[in-house]
Amino acid sequence: MNRGRSLFAGTLACAILTLAFGGAVIAQEPASIKVGYAISKTGPNAGGANVTQIPNYQLWVKEVNDKGGLMLKSIGKRVKIEVIEYDDRSNSEEAVRAVERLVTQDKVDLLFPPWGTGLNLAVGPVFNKYGYPQLAFSAVTDRAPDLAKRWPNSFWFLGTSKQYVDALVDLLSQMRKDGKINDSIAMVSIADGFGIDLSKAAREGFEKAKFKLAYDKSYPIGTQDLSPLLGEAQRSGADTFVAFSYPPDTIALTDQAKVASFAPKVMFLGVGVGFPLYPQRFGENIEGIMSLGGWQAGNRGTAEYRAKHKAMHNRDPDYWGSQVGYASLQMLEQAIERVGKIDRPAIIKELQTGTFDTVLGKIKLENNMPVKAFPLIGQWQKGFYTGVAPAGPGMAAVVVPKPAWKQ
Amino acid sequence: MKPVLALAAAAIAVAFLAAVPLYADAYQLSLAITLMNYTVLATAWSLFSGPTRYVSLATVAFFGIGAYTVAVLAERMAWPYILLIALAVGLAVALVVGLSTLRLSGVYFVIFTFGLAELIRQIVTWYEVNVTRTLGRYVFVDIDAADIYWQLLGLAVLAFAAGVLIRRSRLGLALRVIGDDETVARHIGINTTFAKVALFALSASFMTLCGAVMAPRWTYIDPAIAFNPVVSFQVLIMALLGGVHRLYGPLFGVVPLVLLFEFLLARFPNHFSILVGLAFMLIVYAIPQGIVGFAERIARGKRGAA
Amino acid sequence: MFVAAVASGLVLGGMYALIAMGLTLQYGVARIMNLAHGELMIAAAFAAFWLFTSAAVNPLVGLLLVVPAAFAVSWAIYRLLLTPLVARAPNRDALEVDSILATFGMLFVIQGVMLAMFGGAYYSYSFLAFPVNIAGATVAANRLLALGFAAAIGLGLYLYLTRTRLGTAVRAVAVDPNSAPLVAIDVRATAALAFAFGGALVAAGGVLISMFLTFNANIGVVFTMKALIVVIMGGVGNLLGCLVAGLILGLVETFVATWIDPGLTLAATYAIFLVILLVRPQGLFGTASR
Repeated sequence: MNRGRSLFAGTLACAILTLAFGGAVIAQEPASIKVGYAISKTGPNAGGANVTQIPNYQLWVKEVNDKGGLMLKSIGKRVKIEVIEYDDRSNSEEAVRAVERLVTQDKVDLLFPPWGTGLNLAVGPVFNKYGYPQLAFSAVTDRAPDLAKRWPNSFWFLGTSKQYVDALVDLLSQMRKDGKINDSIAMVSIADGFGIDLSKAAREGFEKAKFKLAYDKSYPIGTQDLSPLLGEAQRSGADTFVAFSYPPDTIALTDQAKVASFAPKVMFLGVGVGFPLYPQRFGENIEGIMSLGGWQAGNRGTAEYRAKHKAMHNRDPDYWGSQVGYASLQMLEQAIERVGKIDRPAIIKELQTGTFDTVLGKIKLENNMPVKAFPLIGQWQKGFYTGVAPAGPGMAAVVVPKPAWKQ
Repeated sequence: MKPVLALAAAAIAVAFLAAVPLYADAYQLSLAITLMNYTVLATAWSLFSGPTRYVSLATVAFFGIGAYTVAVLAERMAWPYILLIALAVGLAVALVVGLSTLRLSGVYFVIFTFGLAELIRQIVTWYEVNVTRTLGRYVFVDIDAADIYWQLLGLAVLAFAAGVLIRRSRLGLALRVIGDDETVARHIGINTTFAKVALFALSASFMTLCGAVMAPRWTYIDPAIAFNPVVSFQVLIMALLGGVHRLYGPLFGVVPLVLLFEFLLARFPNHFSILVGLAFMLIVYAIPQGIVGFAERIARGKRGAA
Repeated sequence: MFVAAVASGLVLGGMYALIAMGLTLQYGVARIMNLAHGELMIAAAFAAFWLFTSAAVNPLVGLLLVVPAAFAVSWAIYRLLLTPLVARAPNRDALEVDSILATFGMLFVIQGVMLAMFGGAYYSYSFLAFPVNIAGATVAANRLLALGFAAAIGLGLYLYLTRTRLGTAVRAVAVDPNSAPLVAIDVRATAALAFAFGGALVAAGGVLISMFLTFNANIGVVFTMKALIVVIMGGVGNLLGCLVAGLILGLVETFVATWIDPGLTLAATYAIFLVILLVRPQGLFGTASR
């Protein structure tokens, strides 16, 4: 070994280490509640995180701080929220490390979840290990009930694929009974966690309801041309077209279906139909298109939420996850104020058992998941993305068939 | 005398590193795992690419094979068997890539390896979607962060040991000749095929094991996570930046870059991209020969002056 | 059905060729492996989007603004940032390594600027999204336009490079930058010109694909990868090869999607790429130069 060389290297390493760790020490205000989150600001997840999640965090924090902070009974005053945010670069390993950093270095009082099923699962063990409530509202997985058992601190607001599929199947069965559609369905799904989980549940659900799957294929992420799939779906003679797709594909499917004049009686597409971009991009042509989520026209809470969201971010929220995410933050706020201090086990307990007032109405969780709290299937009707299933009060009647495309 | 000293120094360093989990908190350990992970990958990468100058983007193919094998087999058999199976799969693919070097060189080899990694990801995805009907596997095994760290440290030690032994062997000499001029190497009777394939297989083995060891970190693994092409690029950049003409070169790319990324991500989460890009360009322009080359030049300069 | 598959295959292939042409010129002549390629393309897409939505500039007119701007910017990048690397590189391999590292940095900078300006959300707009009927197959007008551009640029530049004096100079630099000065070719100026021209093509591609693809600030790397595959498959620096390789990939993708399984489209394109490379190690139209 050469001493000069290793001495230099050592100094360099030390300097950089000091820089990195020194950076972690952030001035502490004793009178603040620290909330931390690591979310995908860059990488493939950023598109979703930027629409559904980050705006909600910013909105909620601003509102709470405008009120003077969270009311902590134990000290008898309001305490403002301080935010520490990191970028997980859409990468599991980075996400795990960032959350560990938030817990052990920044010593945050609360954590917000990352975006997407994969990352919420990746950070699950860390949230669990340190006992932070994890209010995941951008993850759909059939494992949700198991996960809630394994990690009692985790809450799965969007529920399981089966819930969505059951609602969709009920809707389609009714249409078939009314003679509005035939019993054949064409389905495509993206070859990623979301598409596969939902298409698997759908396959079982359709079969049980005696629907015929005339076309059933997956396509890889990054597919730039979906016209062959649409061609096959069109030729299959199915009246119902179901796609469990991601935002760029959802837009491409709509666009290419329009070009091919393929207007199935029921057109159900995946993530992105509820994005503000969608009506901007397709104007009147969105009429009759169905997807996940949905809003209730008569619900004043969500209408107010939408106005606040628009005022702060200058765009509409996502009509699937956004309102649920905001409701989850309201629940967290109420749980903390009821407990009256940052006592995480008590907050988790309160979330599990309490009843909460949210923009969606009263919510009480069962097995760490909301039940019938919000629409599962929605449809664009006269410029409003309205909830149409599961059947219940406040749901609009579904419109079939979808009108022909206006070129 | 000198080698003994170096060996002793290395032993002390390893002992020191092995003690990290005993006093580090979760975050520091986690950072140490990232450092160790990239150290293994970049060192393994330069085992082959350093002397032969074949630039490979297949790193994540092997890393992913390792990680995915664990995802498939976790909870089904004992850990050492899983590692062996991962290794076998990795070796089989390594032979294909190794043999492709018989026909391809330069940038054609670079993109070939990239294409191969993507092909593997596509095939795994298709298989999961259409055959097993589940994409995204859950890994619930009883291996904690400290275990992962120690296993990575073990791999790093093995990788360095392998590097030292190869450099001293006939194989190492053969590879250096290949790197200078492959035609000459063939003319003077070096079995270039064997040398290249053997070394590539060795390098790939380390990457595969590294992926397998890392898998329990994530709970949830799907092909997009396991075969993330960013890993290949990051390893390549780290190794090139450190300098591949020394065995310990990549280490000097890994440590500053991982820390730089970490620092910028934490302090400037909203301007990470711009800053990391600028830092990167600064390094490239200011330190042309890689960090080790730069350090060596300074050391030489000092000695000359003294 | 066959006609439909061929039509969409050609249109898709045209897009692949289009996104790769700039890169093949930059890499083939100037020897810069430009990893920031996709980011520049998305920057052009954002420029077109911005012109269209806030200034109501037709993207085709936007092309006339964006392409010369990209030419100037690329020329400046080459002169200011890449010339020092070219000057200090002792050989071609060293330049390749340096250019990979430098453009990797650029990738992040450009991406970061776009993130700061537009955030991470998706963008898309509607332009020329009406159906066109060709021999019984329906394709979108905007995608057809991209194919038309790709074919025109590919053939036009191919003829230009093989039939004109400046084109010959460019090829001479591509083949042997060390001997080119012997016949009075200014290597640096020619390389800068080729790099700038490549940048202009990249921007043209970006504007054209913005008419039909949904993009965000993070998506550039997807196009860089695709472009690298097309460039290598066609043979480095060969525009005709680029066009043919792009069309082959497009056709393979649609044929597999139509008759085998859409889940295997990308697997099939990578497999074809690997096989072609093993059979022709220098790409379809490449010459064995080393």
